[in-house]
Amino acid sequence: MNYRFDWSVLWSGQTGAWLLQGIGTTLELSLIGWLIAVALGIGSGALRTLPSAPLRWLAAAYVEFFRNVPLLVWMFFWYFAVPPLLPQIFQDWLLDHGAEFWAGVLALGVYHGARFAEVIRSGIGAIPRTQFEAAASTGLTTAQTYRLIILPVAFRLIIPPATNETLNLLKNSSIALTIGVAELTFQVRQIETYTAKAFEALVAGTMLYLLLCLALSALSARLERRAAIPGMITRRNIGEA
Amino acid sequence: MDFQVIADNFSFLMLQGFIGVGGFAGGTLRLALPAIALGFILGTAIALARLARARWLALAAGVYVEFFRGVPLVMVIFWFWFMIPALIGTALPEYTVALTAFVVFEAAYLAEIVRSGIQSVARGQVEAATAAGLTHAQTMRHVVLPQALRHMIPALVTQFIVLLKDTSLASIIGYVDLTKAAQIVNNREIRPFELYLFIAAVYWMSSYAMSRYARYWERRLMPSASAPV
Repeated sequence: MNYRFDWSVLWSGQTGAWLLQGIGTTLELSLIGWLIAVALGIGSGALRTLPSAPLRWLAAAYVEFFRNVPLLVWMFFWYFAVPPLLPQIFQDWLLDHGAEFWAGVLALGVYHGARFAEVIRSGIGAIPRTQFEAAASTGLTTAQTYRLIILPVAFRLIIPPATNETLNLLKNSSIALTIGVAELTFQVRQIETYTAKAFEALVAGTMLYLLLCLALSALSARLERRAAIPGMITRRNIGEA
Repeated sequence: MDFQVIADNFSFLMLQGFIGVGGFAGGTLRLALPAIALGFILGTAIALARLARARWLALAAGVYVEFFRGVPLVMVIFWFWFMIPALIGTALPEYTVALTAFVVFEAAYLAEIVRSGIQSVARGQVEAATAAGLTHAQTMRHVVLPQALRHMIPALVTQFIVLLKDTSLASIIGYVDLTKAAQIVNNREIRPFELYLFIAAVYWMSSYAMSRYARYWERRLMPSASAPV
């Protein structure tokens, strides 16, 4: 094996800038996708625990439909299949505003929203039924019960599985390279193509993902300690099914 | 919308793309089935190493698991795609590269499933086996693993669903799986909506059917899991 190492590709001029841009895009993509996913997840996860059968069914249909198809297929679907069906005005707007980025965000958000829904649902399931009954007996409506009693407790219980899912989302944002989003993995490939320094570029990309994941885990471990509710130690088992 | 394109290319998409019989060395199932089997063997070895008494062995297995769980699969596929030719001097077929990457990557996740399966077997069983004079290896083989395997089935099926969906990523190195087959047809016919909707339906049906199966096993295992041991 006669491979000449040249680590300077990681910080010199153009290629170094690509790497930085890649991190920025990965974070931006993940953050917006995460916000969509969490909003969809809370909504549909809570709906799945309601007494009303049609609402439960609606949320279940969303979850089962979106999480059973590969994220890559969703990316292709939102990027290649949907835009041609939109009115011309929207198509033009998308072309000017990075259609691939928004398709990636939407795919990440909707796919992981379905997975977050399961996390939220199991969090709500871990709250004793008596809490619902107590809330009802004090005269709270269902909406108030969820907003004031159930969801705040559920959020504190689900921190570990929600972190896991957040890390999955961050790692899955790399799939957006298939539709041309210039995120971290895309830039790693680009550096490889231009400099033929595959090893250095891959090491850098791998280390950056590991660092991002470690940093997020550490952050969430702190959050978990601060948010722990004394007396509720069942949280270890939530969301592992 | 015109679903004629699906009917015209049905055998290419399903036989070549999904199953893997045809002119290309491709196929979603042809990649997913060996990957889960080999990944399970490697994963079991790693789980046993993680539970081993030798500390360096447990540490090495722990690092393996944490490393691969912290890196995107796409990155791992690129690692093998670029590094195998650099290391052995010759390029390998996409199938070999993809299979290696999936086995190595999935083993990290499967190791965690096997480990929690082993740990779900009650302590008393191990003590009873030791009291009966079985060695550590015998205890594992005859007492712990058979019971652990039963407990693992739902998680293993779930992991297989994840793997089946993940095999779509092999298309990025040119492996002709269901997703790549749809891309190939689309390049010729320009019918993205119909084609991607169709493959979404195929993935959906196989994943959903298996998730029902996993749930059925979960329910079957419920009573025995809560029974006193």
